[in-house]
Amino acid sequence: MLELKDVNVSYGAIHAIHDASLTVQDGEIVSLIGANGAGKTTILHTITGLKEATSGSIRYNDLDLRATDASKLISYGIAHVPEGRHIFPGMTVLENLEMGAYSQGKNTELLEKNKALVFERFPRLKERYRQLAGTLSGGEQQMLAMGRALMGNPKILLLDEPSMGLSPLLVKEIFSIIKYCHEMGITILLVEQNAKMALGIADRAYVLETGNITISGDAKELLADERVKKAYLGQ
Amino acid sequence: MFKCGRSNRMKKIESKKVAYLLNFIAICIFFGILMILFKKEVFGSRTSYFQGICTTACYTIIMVASLNLLTGFMGEFSLGHAGFMSVGAFSSAILTNYLAESGIPSFVLFLMCLLVGGIAAGITGIAVGVPALRLRGDYLCIVTVAFAEIIRVAFCNFKITGGGKTMSGITRLSNFYWVFWVMVICVTIMYMYVRSRYGRTVMAIREDYIAASASGINVTYYKVLTFTISAFFAGIAGAIYAHYMTAIIPTNFNFNYSAEFLTEVIIGGTGSLTGSVIGAAFLSALPELMRQFSNYRMLAYSIVLVLVMIFKPSGIFGTYEFSLVRVINRLLGKSTTGSTASKKTVQEVE
Ligand SMILES: Nc1ncnc2c1ncn2[C@@H]1O[C@H](COP(=O)(O)OP(=O)(O)OP(=O)(O)O)[C@@H](O)[C@H]1O
Ligand SMILES: [Mg+2]
Repeated sequence: MLELKDVNVSYGAIHAIHDASLTVQDGEIVSLIGANGAGKTTILHTITGLKEATSGSIRYNDLDLRATDASKLISYGIAHVPEGRHIFPGMTVLENLEMGAYSQGKNTELLEKNKALVFERFPRLKERYRQLAGTLSGGEQQMLAMGRALMGNPKILLLDEPSMGLSPLLVKEIFSIIKYCHEMGITILLVEQNAKMALGIADRAYVLETGNITISGDAKELLADERVKKAYLGQ
Repeated sequence: MFKCGRSNRMKKIESKKVAYLLNFIAICIFFGILMILFKKEVFGSRTSYFQGICTTACYTIIMVASLNLLTGFMGEFSLGHAGFMSVGAFSSAILTNYLAESGIPSFVLFLMCLLVGGIAAGITGIAVGVPALRLRGDYLCIVTVAFAEIIRVAFCNFKITGGGKTMSGITRLSNFYWVFWVMVICVTIMYMYVRSRYGRTVMAIREDYIAASASGINVTYYKVLTFTISAFFAGIAGAIYAHYMTAIIPTNFNFNYSAEFLTEVIIGGTGSLTGSVIGAAFLSALPELMRQFSNYRMLAYSIVLVLVMIFKPSGIFGTYEFSLVRVINRLLGKSTTGSTASKKTVQEVE
């Protein structure tokens, strides 16, 4: 279980996150939605340790994430797919995937197994395994970023706007992959602009407004919530 | 070499060991040629002069290659590399001044110098790197400038480093033959580092540090490690320099000197050790060879730099690495299976 309690985050004088609390139970899909600049990315970065919280507690099972280095998370089963397709542009697709298995050291057996799994799930990556990642299309890069995260055998996947800038068809494909990961037993915390899709796939959801979690609850209920409808679903 | 090529005629040269052996043989041949030229006094009265140029080229190569570890492979610019050279030069010079009359064979003393110079610079590298490497890009670059200035001013004021006066009378331990092999070993180690798992990790950090961190790479650790290794080799170059010049003064290691190294890295090609070696050798010999224009040296540098930036922004060699194996394979006519395929094989071979 991932649990944030009264987390505050500041960028200098800007108080970006106010007393945010949220939980993600094992086996759940939880969505975090909110407008641009609400602080969604900041929350994910705070969970992974790329950004330090000023107060509050962040725990994953028995692990205190505030005291854990960002690079250690993957070995505890927490994989972060950062916003904006952070891939290694100058490396090939295959090398990118291998970097994802970095924390496993020289365990070639596991590497091969995961590689086969990722290639099965992302046939496009398999076709292009020797291509430089920087020359992939946006959608393919997103797939690569997700594939790379899966190479680390995660228990929980933190996804930051995986649908950003993708065509509706590709968005569907990405969401079906998220579902598939979930069926494989991976817990998911999904940050999204695309509220409709995000609420459709999730068990529970949180709404973030300028650093405050204002609404939370069952995703289906939120889909019907008037405030959500008005602000995020354009209805 | 011919024999070697022949026995491999039927199959491509594939093993890593063979590749290293071939390169080693080539270097030996090159060294042999230089040695014969010098021993036979082909240049007559100018022999020692040319030897001097070659020695200068050797320690410059170490400096430029080590800076390329930072600039080319880690993607961070340093304008204070001469500072580490200074630390290496002074620490090793102090050592030899202490041990001057101890009767230690000069070769052993030379090795001790290299080690002390390298370690002193390496420790300085850790001390600077741990706080400074939180920064990136321009900010880090400014810190490196400041570091080199601090070293310069400090050494100008410490008694043990001559207190601003020239520290002279250092035993002349560096001779071309030793320095050449030190250079070969240093460059080989750097090459192996770059090609290792560590090197790939460092390149991943350069490509995207957030992705690297998300993949479980401890970004700070690898940055400090690379910074330290780079400083270590700069210290070795400094030790060679001190025991070649026999007289050093802190102001030698000024901003211009640092900038010169960075220029050579960029001209040779950031990310290509081949470029560093050839670029450094060429550019350190150039001002000597046109000594009468020596005052215009920096002007010539700028012109070369501008030309390179216009016509080849990634440097003369870009990220290309020369590979003897590739050349031999091509001569044997075995690599006609398409350029990408052969490139891949060569990468694996190396
Ligand atoms: N490095 C930073 N320095 C200063 N302010 C920052 C920094 N990163 C983010 N912020 C600010 O914090 C707030 C939250 O940003 P964040 O990136 O978390 O938003 P977001 O919800 O992910 O938005 P989007 O949907 O556009 O990605 C914004 O006001 C942003 O300007
Ligand atoms: Mg964001």
